[in-house]
Amino acid sequence: MKKWQCIVCGFEYDEAEGMPDEGIEPGTKWEDIPDDWTCPDCGAPKDDFEMMEVD
Amino acid sequence: MSTMTLAEARAHDRKRWLWPMGFGIIIIVAVAALTGWFTGITPLIYAGPLMVYVIVPLLDFFIGKDSSNPPERVMEILEHDPFYRYSTYVYVVVQMGLFVGASAIVGTQEMTFWQWLGFATTIGMLSGISINTAHELGHKRTWLESWLAKIALAPVAYGHFYVEHNRGHHARVATPEDPASARMGESFWAFLPRTVMGSLRSAWEIEKATLARKGRGVWSVHNEVLQAWGMTAVLWGGLMLAFGIELLPFLILQAVLGASLLEAVNYAEHYGLLRKKREDGRYERCQPEHSWNNDHIVTNIMLFHLQRHSDHHAHPTRRYQSLRHFDEAPELPTGYAGMIVLAYFPPLWYRVMDKRVVAHYDGDLRQANLQPGQRARLLAKYPPPATRGDAVA
Repeated sequence: MKKWQCIVCGFEYDEAEGMPDEGIEPGTKWEDIPDDWTCPDCGAPKDDFEMMEVD
Repeated sequence: MSTMTLAEARAHDRKRWLWPMGFGIIIIVAVAALTGWFTGITPLIYAGPLMVYVIVPLLDFFIGKDSSNPPERVMEILEHDPFYRYSTYVYVVVQMGLFVGASAIVGTQEMTFWQWLGFATTIGMLSGISINTAHELGHKRTWLESWLAKIALAPVAYGHFYVEHNRGHHARVATPEDPASARMGESFWAFLPRTVMGSLRSAWEIEKATLARKGRGVWSVHNEVLQAWGMTAVLWGGLMLAFGIELLPFLILQAVLGASLLEAVNYAEHYGLLRKKREDGRYERCQPEHSWNNDHIVTNIMLFHLQRHSDHHAHPTRRYQSLRHFDEAPELPTGYAGMIVLAYFPPLWYRVMDKRVVAHYDGDLRQANLQPGQRARLLAKYPPPATRGDAVA
């Protein structure tokens, strides 16, 4: 499981947690998130996320 | 399907050859101020405030708007056209040259108080405008652009903006928690201390949290806020070493004026606008309707399309040349230069803007971002539709 971070505002998407309120189940891999999904905080597109170091 | 060439795409941008005026305008201001200095016509040294508060609002009024958007495929090509980037690079170089040059004159030449004040206000305006250039550069991830952004913020001592704007303001925009989103019923003079102090605190906390996650303390060379302030210390320190410690009041005054100019623009950008809170406690995504837009040509050229603010917040990584006009975004009556002048006089501001916020929310101010202490008064003055019905019945 990986974490991804928005390069604009720093929002983190954690694959393990998903975003159930947005219909993204826990465990959803980054590549399975729709391409038109955007950062819930600042609106940056999926392309503007980068993988974070795994703790 | 035929592919479009770069030259064909470029031909679609009506403002293409106007963009270099972004730095052209600060050169014009500098030439006017220098003419005032050498000829003894002191009012000309005030070219900065004259340009921002008088000439540009008039030019906006007479030249008007451009609400056109190039076709989507054109914008995809122009997004990668380096021509646009170069104007922002040149801007930073010119700005630094003017700042150092003015410091040399102020530090070493005998002058009257009014001449001194002219240099401080003119350079203050240029420093304020350069925060806008830093803003465009600070959203980009290339090494060169992020460093140019920090350099552009050094003269005005506002380096924490680099951190707070992206990671604070963009995430919290148009919510009561954002220090840089003005509330309806909040005067500019109440907003100014709230945004300055709130943004400072926020930048520090964001950086502290970022560093903690990497296992570092806040007092680290990796602290981007400290890095940016360090650049100001080196720049100001170097100038005072070269031209004398007497330069300090000039440096402080121009920084205060520059930062206030930027905050007056911030005041206009989201006044009264509010993102809805969803059931899970998160705010809805930022949409074009959460920022005031403006299509006036002169201010947009001067500010690298900052006034296409609705698209900027909805799509924060687009470069300035690709920012679009949206019909659904609320529209300011004039460009930022004119709006700043209005902001300084709260009764005028309320008269022009409050009815626009009311109209934007179809008369229902319960959906707007209201200043807590003014909430009851504003809802009584502009009753929401349902309450209005009750009153009739």
